[in-house]
Order: sequence, then structure tokens, then C-alpha cells
Amino acid sequence: MKEEIRLMKGNEAIAHAAIRYGCDGYFGYPITPQSEVLETLEELMPWETTGMVVLQAESEVAAINMVYGGAATGKCVMTSSSSPGVSLKQEGISYIAAASLPALILNVMRGGPGLGTIQPSQADYFQATKGGGHGDYHLIVLAPSTVQEMVDFVGLGFDLMFKYTNPVMILADGIVGQMMEKVQLPEQRPRRTEEEIRKQCPWAADGRKDGRKRNVITSLELESSKMEVINHQLQARYREIEKNETRWEEIGVEDADYLIVAFGTIARISDKARELAAEEGIKVGIVRPITLWPFPTEAVNKAARGKKGVLVVELNAGQMIEDVRLAVHDNLPVEHFGRLGGIIPSPEEVVTALKEKIINK
Amino acid sequence: MKEEIIIAGFGGQGVLSMGKILAYSGLMDDKEVTWMPSYGPEQRGGTANVTVILSDSKISSPVLDRYDIVVALNQQSLDKFAPKVKPGGTLIFDTNGIHNRPTREDIKIYPIDAMEATLEIGNSKAYNMVVMGALLKAMQYKLPMENVIKGLKKSLPERHHKLIPLNEKAIEKGASLL
Amino acid sequence: MNIEEIIREENKVYCKPELLEEVHMHYCPGCSHGVIHKLVAEVVAEMGLTDRTIGVSPVGCAVFAYNYIDVDWIEAAHGRAPAVATAASRLWPENVVFTYQGDGDMSAIGTAESIHAANRGENIVMIFVNNAIYGMTGGQMAPTTLVGQKTATTPYGRRVDLNGHPLEITNLLAILDGTCYVTRQAVHTPAAVRKTKAAIKHAFENALAKKGTSVVEVVATCNSGWKLSPEQANKWMEENMFPKYPLGDLKNN
Repeated sequence: MKEEIRLMKGNEAIAHAAIRYGCDGYFGYPITPQSEVLETLEELMPWETTGMVVLQAESEVAAINMVYGGAATGKCVMTSSSSPGVSLKQEGISYIAAASLPALILNVMRGGPGLGTIQPSQADYFQATKGGGHGDYHLIVLAPSTVQEMVDFVGLGFDLMFKYTNPVMILADGIVGQMMEKVQLPEQRPRRTEEEIRKQCPWAADGRKDGRKRNVITSLELESSKMEVINHQLQARYREIEKNETRWEEIGVEDADYLIVAFGTIARISDKARELAAEEGIKVGIVRPITLWPFPTEAVNKAARGKKGVLVVELNAGQMIEDVRLAVHDNLPVEHFGRLGGIIPSPEEVVTALKEKIINK
Repeated sequence: MKEEIIIAGFGGQGVLSMGKILAYSGLMDDKEVTWMPSYGPEQRGGTANVTVILSDSKISSPVLDRYDIVVALNQQSLDKFAPKVKPGGTLIFDTNGIHNRPTREDIKIYPIDAMEATLEIGNSKAYNMVVMGALLKAMQYKLPMENVIKGLKKSLPERHHKLIPLNEKAIEKGASLL
Repeated sequence: MNIEEIIREENKVYCKPELLEEVHMHYCPGCSHGVIHKLVAEVVAEMGLTDRTIGVSPVGCAVFAYNYIDVDWIEAAHGRAPAVATAASRLWPENVVFTYQGDGDMSAIGTAESIHAANRGENIVMIFVNNAIYGMTGGQMAPTTLVGQKTATTPYGRRVDLNGHPLEITNLLAILDGTCYVTRQAVHTPAAVRKTKAAIKHAFENALAKKGTSVVEVVATCNSGWKLSPEQANKWMEENMFPKYPLGDLKNN
């Protein structure tokens, strides 16, 4: 059979992927630059085909709490938004993490702070990887750099969220949300049957079928000794995720004199910068963290060994650089280059920054 | 083959959809493609541009600073992007409303009167396909016409397929301008 | 009569509902919540819905409702119960989903969720306990606090110029096309308890019949927060709450 290759925007691809990977419910609220997710779902009417529920909520707050409610019943649910909307969702995300529920959240980042701009940004790195909401918790954070990865990470996200009963965030930038590329959609994965859901999620509050003991989904525990145990259980899970699920990509690292660390679309701009630098005889390698949490600390440490310097390129004022610095310690210079407010740096700018901040310093 | 192209003009000139048809044509020609628009309120009446990359191999950056081909459809876009054509590259611009012409000598420059040609066809909606024709010829048909027609079909909703002959005619007209 | 004779089956006129858990409730003596919990437990069991019911508990005094009624529960963030219930109900349409919310949850922090879930006509039951005060956090003003009523944050009495008017959220919900049944009841007398039970049952029937959103407001006492004895609290409720929040159906389609 000929592979089904299509051309679509990252945001549209997310909608198609959600249906294809057997999502049970999507709840969202329009915000630029990701409204095409909800628009595409409404256009595709999956409730007529797979039976997937799609609902435009009254707010991002309501949407994330619908996700919480759906996840609590064992269903495969997701939401999407952009930076200001994701800020609104943070309380709900904390509850989902605390109650150990599976959920997928897409953030197509735009420039902030505040209402900011609708142009691309990566300034929610801290929010996504260091908490965002209150309390000690972690999301598994996936950073796609292509439209194909937008599709793939929906499937991966669903798998990981059920495997660890932990929320997963796809942290995309406005570029990959808005650009069109070739994608291959997966075969239609059927939605789980009620029986399969009960087998996979015996903890779900879906009605006390067959007279089983009742299930209660809550994040409340007023007794501190018990709450501490819950916290330790969460932490143990996070260590497990760090051990099993750290993902990254390396390009030309071995022969390189310099290293660029970048995620999402910026890693691709940096890859072009690598090509341009090579034309001038400058050897640059790239490490692209795919999971931002867990961060590929060891991989960055190893890749940086023997290099003359590291440039961290981000669409923010310097966020991931903190994790890169922790990874390489003080062994070599680590500098940051970023554009802010929705400006996208060109590959040439990255080369110039590499020269100014690392090579000629 | 690798072509790094930007098409820039006013919102409403069909800049984004021309880019889309170009991208679909690349898809039908088994190329790797990216289509990266300027997005947001710019689309409504202000300037709009779209970067399209067609390549035989994997595409790295979807955002560029220098281009093999620049298509500029108003003065602002010409001023902004003419300096960004790679030496030896191609600049196509619509002469309509242009008072400062480009002066570079290290690139190929094709001024076209696409507006006039569109009026001759008699359907103002075909404007961007006239420009497309000029672009395809400037590319020396590295994208074969048959795949462009396939791309056109793929990118247009079924109900607009009756317009394909008109679009073909516009593409031919555009090509004749070079 | 000895104890053995008294507890004989044929002498039984009243018993604990089977779905009410054998645990001590954390509610203050005299609080209305215990009675309302009992009614929900009775209705669910009597309608044979034990294996099809999902409760959504609020933040407020009833936060631990999930410890008392033996059905599946989801504890929602403050005010978000109607959103949580929306998803649970849409994703499990064969189930019956109810929220149990206080006046802060329903008509302050969760106003948007209450209005919009009801306006969408979600096939859910919203049980709304209005005691005109925030009991759990120590007796602060609620949106439904009466003018002149003293609370921890209106120590000299609620003033319209400072605190605005008491909010009749149930009246607002009644005008929405999505609601099919909106009623205001109380549980201060045996007759009132029976009426409230009938109202809750009707609401569950509506949810099963997919008729839209049903809202059962129960005007209730908070004798601790009001700093009255349970008996005085009932009297105060009748004299002060009922004129502002009159009992009866606001809508029954």
C-alpha cells in the first residue's frame, strides 16, 4: 500500500493525530496561534466516526477541568492552548498531576509575558519543565521540531500518559503550529472499549461496575504523614521516567569543536546555521533535547566533552541554558543566544552569535 | 535540487495560497517541502509573506534570511527582500505600483506586469497563478507542469476544481511574461 | 421490650441507607449536609443507579462527600465541578453524573462553569447547598450572604455599598434554555426533607432521560458559622433566608 502522505499545518496535524490515535475527548478554547486544532476537529466531526467527543469550553479553566474529569473516568483526553491560556490551565494541571491522571496538553507557545504577541516563542520552558502550577510535580514535556513530530508525539504522549498515569505536555512553538510540512498519518487506532478501559484503568471513577469497591479521584490529603507518602510516590515515578524516557537527537556532535543546544524549530534553524558554519570551516554539532523534562543531562554533558564552547539558542531570554549549565558544570563556556517578542532568528544570526559569544571571545 | 523561495505582497493578493499550491506541487513531485507563513493580523490587508522550501533531502530550517528566489508583489516587499536574494539568485517582481526598482547586478531580475496579464485573462482571482507561471518558468520547470496541476487539484477544495483550466491558462500567461 | 425485640426486622421503620458509609462525618452537629447526603444516597440506591453514578465533590464543607456516599467520586478544584461533570457525563453517557456544591463553589469562584454547563444543557444534576456563608474556611461572606448578615469578613454586617447584593444564582440558572428543572428546597422539617428527596429523585430521572440540566438548591443552615444553636439556626433560616430565597420550583419542564 502506498503510504498516505499529506501536507498540513502542525495544528491541523494535531487534530488528525488525536482522532487517529483513538482519543476519546478534546476540550479547548480558541486562542491564536493554535485555534486550528479545535477548528479542524470540529470540521472533521470525529463524533460521527470514532465517537470522539469534541467540546469548545467556556474558558481554558473549564477546558482543563473537563480534561481532569474525563481523565478521572479513564478516558483518553486532551486539550490545547497557547501561552496565556496555558497559564490559566496551571491549577488544573497541578490537580491532574497530583491525582496521577493521564492527560495530554498541547502548548503552541507565543511571545509573552502578559497578552504579549501571537508570534512564536519558547518562553514557557520554565513553566512547562519546572512546575507551572503549585506543588512538587513534573509533566513529561515533549518538544516537536517538525509537523511529523506533532503527529508522532500525540501517539507517544497518549502511550506515556497511560504508562505512568502522568500528564504529558507537547511544548511546541508557533512556528511548528503554523507551518505546513509533509506528514504521514498513522493507521486508525480504535478507541478502547469500555472493557479495555476498565482493564487498563482499574482506578477510574466510571461507575461501580460489577459491584466493585468505589473509586475516588482526589488530590486532597489533610494528614501530612500520608501526604508525604503520596509525594514520595510521585517522586519515585519521576525518577522512573527520568531513567526510561529521556529522549534527544544529536547531529554532527563527534567531529565538532562547538556545540549548539536548541529545541523545537530552533534546533532546525541551528542545524541550518551548522551547515553555514561548516562552509566557513567551523565545525558545529547540535544536541536537540526531545524531552525537555526529563532533560537529557547526561547526553548534553557527554556531547560537550572536549568542545570549546556551547551556545544555547532559544526563543527566550535564557531558560533552557540553566539546565545546560547544570549538565556541563563549569567545564567550558556556555552562552545564550535568543530573540524575544516573537522574532525568529535567522540561521545567519545564529552563526554570528556563535562567533561573537564563543569563538572570538 | 533545493529551492528556497519567499513570496511576499499584500494580504489578499493570494500570496499564502500561491505558496500552498507551490508546496503541494512539490509534494506531488516527491520533494520534501515546508510552507511557513507570516501569520496573524498581517494577513488582513497588511503585508503577508510565505517561505516555501522544496528539496530532494531533509529540510533543516523552515525560516531563512537568504533566498534562491524572491517573488515581491509590492514596493515594501521588494525593498525588504530584494537584498536577501542569494548572489546568482532570482528576483521576480510585479511592476505595478513600483517606483523604486531594484539595482542589483549579481542576480537575475524579472519584472513582470502580472496585473495587466490578469486583466487580459479577465478574472482577477487568477492573479497569483499568473505570478506562479512566471515563477515556474524562472525555475526552468524544475517542478514539471503535470505535478503542478496535481498540486493545484490537491490544494483546492473539490468544489473549486472547475477553476483548474482557468488556473492553467493563467500559469501559461504568466510564463509568457518572462 | 428488650433490645433484641426492638431490632427485629418487622419493627424497622428507619435505617441507614446502604450507600452511606460507616464512618463519622466531619460535619458540625446540626449541619444540613448530613441530611442531604442521606437523601442522595437513598435516591441513588432506590433508583438502582449505584453502578452508574459518578459524584463530583466541591471545595468547601462538602469536600469530603466522597468519604460518605458509596459511589465513584471525582474531587474537583474549587468551582470546577460542573466542568468536571460535563466531561464525565459526555464521555460516559450511560452514567448519571451529579455535582454537589456549596454557595462559594457554585456562585462565586465557579459561576462561569455553573452557568455554562447549565446553558449547554449538560445531562447532569447539580445539587447546590446554600447556607449563605463559607463554613469550611471559618465563616466568611458568601455571594448568597444576606444584607446585614455578620460573617468573618463582614463583621459589621453585609453592606450593599461595600459588598454588593446577595446573588440568586438559582434564578439565573432557571432562565437558561439548557436547564429543565430548577427548584429550591430545604431540609429543616420532615416534610421539607421528603420534598427535597422527591426533588433530587426527579433531577436524577431527568438526567437519565437526557432532558438537560437539573438544579436542586437546598437552603440550609450553618449553625456554627451563624453562631446559633441548631434550633435557633432553623428559625433564623425560616425568618431571614426564606424571604430572600423562597422555596418551590422555579422551572419544571
